[in-house]
Amino acid sequence: MASTTASTRFALPPLLIRFLVIAGLVGLWEIASNSGWVNAFTAPAPSSVWKGFVKILAEGGLGEAMVLTFTTALLAATLGAVVGIASGYMLHIWKAAGEAYTSWLAALASAPLVLLYPLFLVIFGRNMWTVVAMGAIGCTPPIALKAKEGLDGVKPVLLNVGRTFNLTPKQQFWMIMFPASLPSIFTGIRIGLLFAIINVVGVEFLVNVGGLGQLIAHLGDRFDYPQMYAGIFFVILVSVAFFWITEKLEKWLLSNT
Amino acid sequence: MAEVKQAPVLRLYNVAKTFVTPHGNVRAVEPVTLDIRQGEFISVIGPSGCGKSTLMNIVGGLIEDYEGSVEVDGIQVRGCHKEIGMVFQEESAFPWRTALDNVTFPMEAAGIAKDERVRRAMELLHLVGLDGFEKRFPSELSGGMRQRIAIARTLAFRPRILLMDEPFAALDEQTRLLLGDKVLQIQQELNQTTMLITHNIAEAVQLSDRVLIMSFRPGRIKRVVEIDLPHPRSSKMMGGERFGQLVATIWEDLREEASKGLQELERVKN
Repeated sequence: MASTTASTRFALPPLLIRFLVIAGLVGLWEIASNSGWVNAFTAPAPSSVWKGFVKILAEGGLGEAMVLTFTTALLAATLGAVVGIASGYMLHIWKAAGEAYTSWLAALASAPLVLLYPLFLVIFGRNMWTVVAMGAIGCTPPIALKAKEGLDGVKPVLLNVGRTFNLTPKQQFWMIMFPASLPSIFTGIRIGLLFAIINVVGVEFLVNVGGLGQLIAHLGDRFDYPQMYAGIFFVILVSVAFFWITEKLEKWLLSNT
Repeated sequence: MAEVKQAPVLRLYNVAKTFVTPHGNVRAVEPVTLDIRQGEFISVIGPSGCGKSTLMNIVGGLIEDYEGSVEVDGIQVRGCHKEIGMVFQEESAFPWRTALDNVTFPMEAAGIAKDERVRRAMELLHLVGLDGFEKRFPSELSGGMRQRIAIARTLAFRPRILLMDEPFAALDEQTRLLLGDKVLQIQQELNQTTMLITHNIAEAVQLSDRVLIMSFRPGRIKRVVEIDLPHPRSSKMMGGERFGQLVATIWEDLREEASKGLQELERVKN
């Protein structure tokens, strides 16, 4: 007990530790880059990355690129959610298919589906629809998996309650099964959204059709590393923010439905 | 109480059930014939595995494939029926709905106007003693309160017959006693015909007009004990002499069946 008290006395709040570690790493990098320990051209100091950030924000079209990337990702995730929830439902009601395909779906969810982009380039051409399709492909498997898991996990007693109240099959689904599996479906959508962002930025990077991915690719091609790193960190930060917002949103929605 | 001998509300005639399993047929319930009058409180008691829940699920309509017939007001019913409401042993309050929205649920499904269903739900929440908790979610309430939500929700459908399958089994003893009093009060206020499945003898004696003792598998009604304790009842009567006699009478019959059940269980385990 004594040691626990001692360690809690000196413990720092996790949030502070998080920022101290990041600040420390940034400081170390700044020193390393300025003093020539690392190549300042390929690993520019955080201060010049910051200047790069201000520059791409002001004149490099960062805002536009972000709007395009996230609109695309949201569109892809919406498409993925519709297809995913419908497939999850099919796998739930058609037990044989569920048993036959669930493990394949799990394999698909963890496979680098972004590599299928040449196929979609041929189908849709070099435009936004290729990116949307790639994003949707990436987020459908986890959404379908979590939807099936949620529907399979609805407690039989809740379904029996519906039966004793003479619910129609449609009411049984919308008033019991769907809300009961909503927590799982939300988790699927949240994971799916992240997969969609990864795929969208990846495909933008590879096929040059606009958005943050293309912006980073162009900056890299021009050897403008401070701005390129600024772009990369920006994508990471926005993804973290996105993850955090959807997490809060999920909690809020579940306590209010 | 039931001073007029009227036609039964619920009639079971030769109701029996055999389950077909990969290991052969299992006779769960031997033909059961039973009449329940309006406002009567019946308990079915028996050892684990005696088929009492099967009987309950047949009456409630969750099992549709059985022998014999179930009649409500002289009309044969099969499948779930709006005149028969069920309260389950497991947690069944919808966690995504508030107490009020749980109780309005069946009325919502039946398309009753919002004002009307909220008014009726508030009355029922008052009846089960949950005033002030209508905006709370089940996760914010105790197990006993959640079970009261389930009871109010079933009553919202205004069933002629209320079936309860060990509704207090998951609760602690004190909550169980208090909830028993609550159920009695509701039953008397609404003159609600009630059929309770239980394995708790004291509970059966405290609540019922008649206790049906079921034998071990295959379940059949071994004996019917009339509970002649005066009304209104409450858990305070449990110390009384007559109460003790009734519990002893029932246990005498039940003991034999329970030990058969235990032997069977041990045989299967070996």
